[in-house]
Amino acid sequence: MTHVVVDPVTRIEGHLRIEAEVEEGAVRDAWSSSTMFRGIEIILRGRDPRDAWVFTQRICGVCTTVHAIASIRAVENAIGATPPTNARLLRNLIMASQMVHDHVVHFYHLHALDWVDLVNALSADPEATSKLAQSISTWPKSSASYFSETKKRLEQFVQRGQLGPFANAYWGHPAYRLPPEANLLAVSHYLEALDWQRDFARIHAVLGGKNPHLQSFLVGGMATPVDLDSQAAINAGSIAQMRQLVAGARDFVTRVYLPDLLAIASFYPEWTGYGKGVGSYLVYGEYPDADGANAPLFLPSGVIRDGNLGAVLDFDPSRVSEYVTHSWYEYAGGDGVGLHPFEGETKPNYTGPQPPYERLHTDGKYSWLKSPRYDGRPMEVGPLSRMLVAYARGHARVRELVDATLAKLGVGPAALFSTLGRVAARGIETQVLVEKLDDWLDQLADNMGRGELAIHDNSKWDPSTWPADATGAGFHEAPRGALGHWVHIRDGAIANYQCVVPSTWNAGPRDAGGQRGPYEEALLGTPVADPEQPLEILRTVHSFDPCMACGVHVVDGRRRELARVRAA
Amino acid sequence: MERARESMAEESPFAAELARRGVSRREFLHFCGVVATVLALPRSAIAKIAAAIESGEKPTLVWLEFQDCAGNTESFLRAGRPTAADIVLDLLSVDYHETIMAAAGHRAEQALARVVEEKRGAYLAIVEGSIPTGAGGAYCTIGGRSALEIAREVCGGAAATIAIGTCASFGGIPAAAPNPTGALSVADAVPGLRTLIHLPACPANGENLAALVVHYLTYGRWPALDSLRRPLFAYGKSIHDGCERRGHYDAGQYVEQWGDPAHRKGYCLYKMGCKGPVTYQNCPAIGWNQGTNWPIGCGHPCVGCAEPNFWDRMTPFYAHLAGIPGFGVHSNLDRIGLGATAGVAAAFAAQGLLKIAQRRAVHGARRHEEPAGPPAGGEGGES
Repeated sequence: MTHVVVDPVTRIEGHLRIEAEVEEGAVRDAWSSSTMFRGIEIILRGRDPRDAWVFTQRICGVCTTVHAIASIRAVENAIGATPPTNARLLRNLIMASQMVHDHVVHFYHLHALDWVDLVNALSADPEATSKLAQSISTWPKSSASYFSETKKRLEQFVQRGQLGPFANAYWGHPAYRLPPEANLLAVSHYLEALDWQRDFARIHAVLGGKNPHLQSFLVGGMATPVDLDSQAAINAGSIAQMRQLVAGARDFVTRVYLPDLLAIASFYPEWTGYGKGVGSYLVYGEYPDADGANAPLFLPSGVIRDGNLGAVLDFDPSRVSEYVTHSWYEYAGGDGVGLHPFEGETKPNYTGPQPPYERLHTDGKYSWLKSPRYDGRPMEVGPLSRMLVAYARGHARVRELVDATLAKLGVGPAALFSTLGRVAARGIETQVLVEKLDDWLDQLADNMGRGELAIHDNSKWDPSTWPADATGAGFHEAPRGALGHWVHIRDGAIANYQCVVPSTWNAGPRDAGGQRGPYEEALLGTPVADPEQPLEILRTVHSFDPCMACGVHVVDGRRRELARVRAA
Repeated sequence: MERARESMAEESPFAAELARRGVSRREFLHFCGVVATVLALPRSAIAKIAAAIESGEKPTLVWLEFQDCAGNTESFLRAGRPTAADIVLDLLSVDYHETIMAAAGHRAEQALARVVEEKRGAYLAIVEGSIPTGAGGAYCTIGGRSALEIAREVCGGAAATIAIGTCASFGGIPAAAPNPTGALSVADAVPGLRTLIHLPACPANGENLAALVVHYLTYGRWPALDSLRRPLFAYGKSIHDGCERRGHYDAGQYVEQWGDPAHRKGYCLYKMGCKGPVTYQNCPAIGWNQGTNWPIGCGHPCVGCAEPNFWDRMTPFYAHLAGIPGFGVHSNLDRIGLGATAGVAAAFAAQGLLKIAQRRAVHGARRHEEPAGPPAGGEGGES
């Protein structure tokens, strides 16, 4: 038995540590630990709820829109504000473009190097690479001379002797299985995606002033005026600019990302058999297609238990609870119970080893993440969950793409419940959303053409219009999965604020009953050829797209008198 | 002419690299010109910048992330002037950066240790995120070591440290009241660093980091800094002074309600809570995402994100200050504009102190560390 520690887990957002027991070339047990804590929910107490989105947005600079969205929805739910149609459409555009941007960056810049051997690309024949590229896509940058240039550049980079971020990695590891030509193709697209992501993020500058940390959200609507006759508002020119950016994104996703994904996956069929995880999936749903509460959602909500796609259950927020049995917090009523977020209660209680340390006390508390459970069960959230629920609920485009992907890879539906299934689901979701963006742009343009210019529900902006005591919940599907914010507002100020976050669901530790979290469960059985080079562990963990800063949160359930916020 | 360019390309590996990237000599010099403009340098500096970039040696950079959100990393990846920003990336050997590096675990730690051992006194360190001091350092550990221990070792051995973003520069959001983890800025966590430069903002604009690095490579020294250690080329002027809506402020034309005709016309956001008058950064001059837009340009007030303690001093974000001299008066514009700005600064400082006092009362003894709440322009109050 070998004890493997991977810390830091790199190519993620935030600070994640994996400890694993490896025996006979495979993971026998695993522990997932988040090693950073800030306490943003404590910092929110006593503040103006209309400011909360700016604070929660800083939970994460990668998924830079998601905590802002969940926050304004939670506060709107509490005070009864209703964003007008234009605000809903602007938000849909922001959310979906974030998803597309995030997924592409994850595939190329965070995940690809687990499958792609950069150094092996130096052995590639540019002619053969060109043939491979042209056999899988019509993307125009596919000539032998193009790949020859990339290869030359790579050679010079390596020859200079300063490998920078690519130094000391696992090049040559036996688990790398792509032929040199596929490696060179992927490296070329790694570089192209770096340029593409920079360009596509400009859609967020149009809609939100800047990226990262867009600055156009408002409780009750959006701060981005729409007016065809103004140069200081979204006008016909901005719509055209966004159409251009969306067209570029659609082209890149359709002709580069998806073909690359399928090509790479085809060399790793065994990874449809690893990384299954807990097998239960939770989705809140996203992209309202109408205004107001209970609007139909473009991607539906639902709960799948034990892989049963035949019986999707409705999501019921009251069934969410969080445990701290193995988390560095304590509950007043004992650490063996789970608490609903509205009853949430947390007091940091670090019982781990004092740094510097070699091993965590995995029998006791070992993470800054709590353990969220639904009906007492661990649930996986994220693209795979969303695509499974959409598939089971009969979403036509999702069904078409999932079936086509399975057919191309020559595998059955069971292959979805795996490390590679997560990678494929993320790509399918990107395709579905990049196709949808134009619809929302059309609707926005139509509204503007009709002279509908409202962007904000002003009736609830003044805190004097709010109830003295109000609670609200805001749900969102972030790139990494189901995200919920719960807020309690008293006398115009935040009395309690809680976030239950995708990476908490996925990366959380064991609960009171000893049930592992999804990362921990998914790692069981993952092969490890060389414990000194745990490349395979990275594959499964990265397939979830960890976002650790998001995952760590703390709430303080103790009630106390709060200063009234003095707003203008 | 054509031949001269070809022979240059043969002689200079850098020129060859530019050619491979499809960047012409003219585009490269244009980039150098843009850098010179951002830095407010004379045109004569363009050739020097180009020469410095071409000289070839890649200095080593390590990028540490502590209590952060990776927003500054993302911002750096968005740095524009498209192909040229890539060149700036290639100018440096980024030997440690958790968000992008291929190696993980022990091998990643080895890469960092190697730089600290072998390049002592010669490498650059960038720090993103604040550094917690509570719970014996357990609020942020990497490879089992506390952020504080890592920061002391790595920044202590660096030729220079750049604190990127408001968290590393001033403590930022983790240090906002009641600072549950005892979070500190780099300056407070690792006092006495020889060279420390702040690039605050939430996040910092990636272009400013690029310009800072090029300045260093060009002149072998760092640019002039203000009293908060911020480069004057990026933080020398208030948002208000460079704002495209300044004319509306001076003319007394204000947005009164979200989505009203004044909002649609792009009038001044002062009454909606804009903190531009007391915030120093070059957003209006260089914009964001390749100059596509900036927050005020899209209709939302500035939140003051480049200033110390902005999470406490600038909140509530949507509150404007009453009793500003010259507010809404059309006559004698220059004098009133000036007076109003000074008045705003004083009022903001007073409000910051008031808010912190309120929150102390709210949070009472739960606090680990409390921000001292310095007046506007103060530094080091995060501890």
